Amino acid sequence: MMDTYSLLREIADSWVLLAMFVFFLAVVVWAFRPGSRKVHEDTANIPFRHEDKPVGDRETGRSAQEELQQ
Amino acid sequence: MWDYLKLAIYGLIAVMAAIAASYARDIAYQVHAILITLIAAGLFIYSLRRVGETKVVETGYMDGPVRVGVALTAFWGAVGFLVGTFIAFQLAFPSLNFGWAEGYLNFGRLRPLHTSAVIFAFGGTALVTSSMYVVQRTSGARLWGGNLAWFVFWGYQIVILLAATGYLLGATQSKEYAEPEWYTDLWLTIVWVAYLLMFMGTLMKRKEPHIYVANWFYLSFIVTIAMLHVINNLAMPVSFFGSKSVQLFAGVQDAMTQWWYGHNAVGFFLTAGFLGMMYYFVPKQAERPVFSYKLSIIHFWALIFLYIWAGPHHLHYTALPDWAGTLGMVFSIILWMPSWGGMINGLMTLSGAWDKLRTDPVIRMMVVSIGFYGMSTFEGPMMSIRAVNSLSHYTDWTIGHVHSGALGWNGMITFGMLYFLVPRLWNRAGLYSLKLVSWHFWLATIGIVLYAASMWVTGIMEGLMWREVDAQGFLVNSFADTVAAKFPMYVVRGMGGVLFLTGALIMCYNLWMTVKRSPAAETASDAQTAPAE
Repeated sequence: MMDTYSLLREIADSWVLLAMFVFFLAVVVWAFRPGSRKVHEDTANIPFRHEDKPVGDRETGRSAQEELQQ
Repeated sequence: MWDYLKLAIYGLIAVMAAIAASYARDIAYQVHAILITLIAAGLFIYSLRRVGETKVVETGYMDGPVRVGVALTAFWGAVGFLVGTFIAFQLAFPSLNFGWAEGYLNFGRLRPLHTSAVIFAFGGTALVTSSMYVVQRTSGARLWGGNLAWFVFWGYQIVILLAATGYLLGATQSKEYAEPEWYTDLWLTIVWVAYLLMFMGTLMKRKEPHIYVANWFYLSFIVTIAMLHVINNLAMPVSFFGSKSVQLFAGVQDAMTQWWYGHNAVGFFLTAGFLGMMYYFVPKQAERPVFSYKLSIIHFWALIFLYIWAGPHHLHYTALPDWAGTLGMVFSIILWMPSWGGMINGLMTLSGAWDKLRTDPVIRMMVVSIGFYGMSTFEGPMMSIRAVNSLSHYTDWTIGHVHSGALGWNGMITFGMLYFLVPRLWNRAGLYSLKLVSWHFWLATIGIVLYAASMWVTGIMEGLMWREVDAQGFLVNSFADTVAAKFPMYVVRGMGGVLFLTGALIMCYNLWMTVKRSPAAETASDAQTAPAE
């Protein structure tokens, strides 16, 4: 019987290697899928959106509204 | 209920640490136990005075730890650079290893203090701090876990305190960049799990459908460091009351585990984490989104998949099997591609805004840092090639390479981050002085050039001297010959350090004056609501 090291080594340099390589290729293909441009443009602009406060922050949101009503 | 539980925990820790201090088998352990007693007792008193206070539910972004973190990053930077400059001169002038401080302030004790101070104190605090800022802004959500963020922040500072004092008193497990002894390692593990929870929790309550790329890099940094840290620090303490421990692995397995850890500390601490910074702060400072979001995705996955295999290139010509060394070397060379892809992505973010390089010294700093990222990620794979390594290994070329990456890439991007954050965190209209930023920029850049150039010269010279043989096949130079020949370059290197340190001190002054003197900024809400009134 094979010792554990050789067995793991054999699995690692065959199926696991293949699986990781395929996963990586799939990521690349997924990044270039049709229609990804819009999503990526939107995501790339995230840093320019919530500079000052979290989304739907009640307290500040309300006070701004109240000031508008006055 | 939680208040009383907290008091009980602090009290218990203080008492147990005091008992441990009295049983301590070595000075480092004793000093650490006393430090822990004092910290726990202090927290006990602090909490006791606040029992029964009504808690206000806080909203908005949690920037308290970020503010303290920014200040401490600058402080640790100055300390780390100072120690580095001092030990550079210790190498040039050995009499600086003072007789009266032997065993505490000699090169052997100060060297790990320097590396840990710059990597883990300066770099680590910068990473923890900036990740807290970035994950909130890119998720549109307050940090998850309330005071957990404070625990993570101060918990990490305690690790730094224990590590630094431990080195001076001789507590080290002799693993490069993983020197702290077993109890410090255990504490870091707890802090790191809390860090992961805080980061993941914030991501999970994000208000954006997608996770911005900077967070991917930060997350990979947190997860991978957890794995590396736990496996490389598997050790059995000799005594519960002593700092000494024995490693679980031995021989070449230990060496391979160490450099698997060591190189991935470079890959995931000093590269992935700082790339997270790059992908947020460079677009923000340039006021335009990253050049190609697709490229950033590929950059991320390629880096993650390749870096983890590169460690064995630290062990060429050792007991490590050749196939493992070759594997490390090949993966290091493939790493050229994602590294340069990332560099191009960062630099091209400025396309259409190149004029900012002329007017904005902060963006200049960031661009130079990306340039150094490209340079050192070119040099590294080249040095990992077995034939090149036979010349470069164990010489000062390696030290030069590390510093062009650490001072150039990590240092400069962190300075850029600090200059970006301070006016925003303290609500200032701008920095106190852009002129001083320019001074910092040039001092730091010239300092790095002096450092890297002198180390190339001395490293290659040293490597060539070591392998020089005469007609009979005898070695021509003794080791002491190479040391004597290196003297002028060591002085130049020290001068480079002085320039870099001076730049950092100017930065500290500038940031301090920004908080104290700069006019307050009009807040966004003021500007918006003013016309409506």
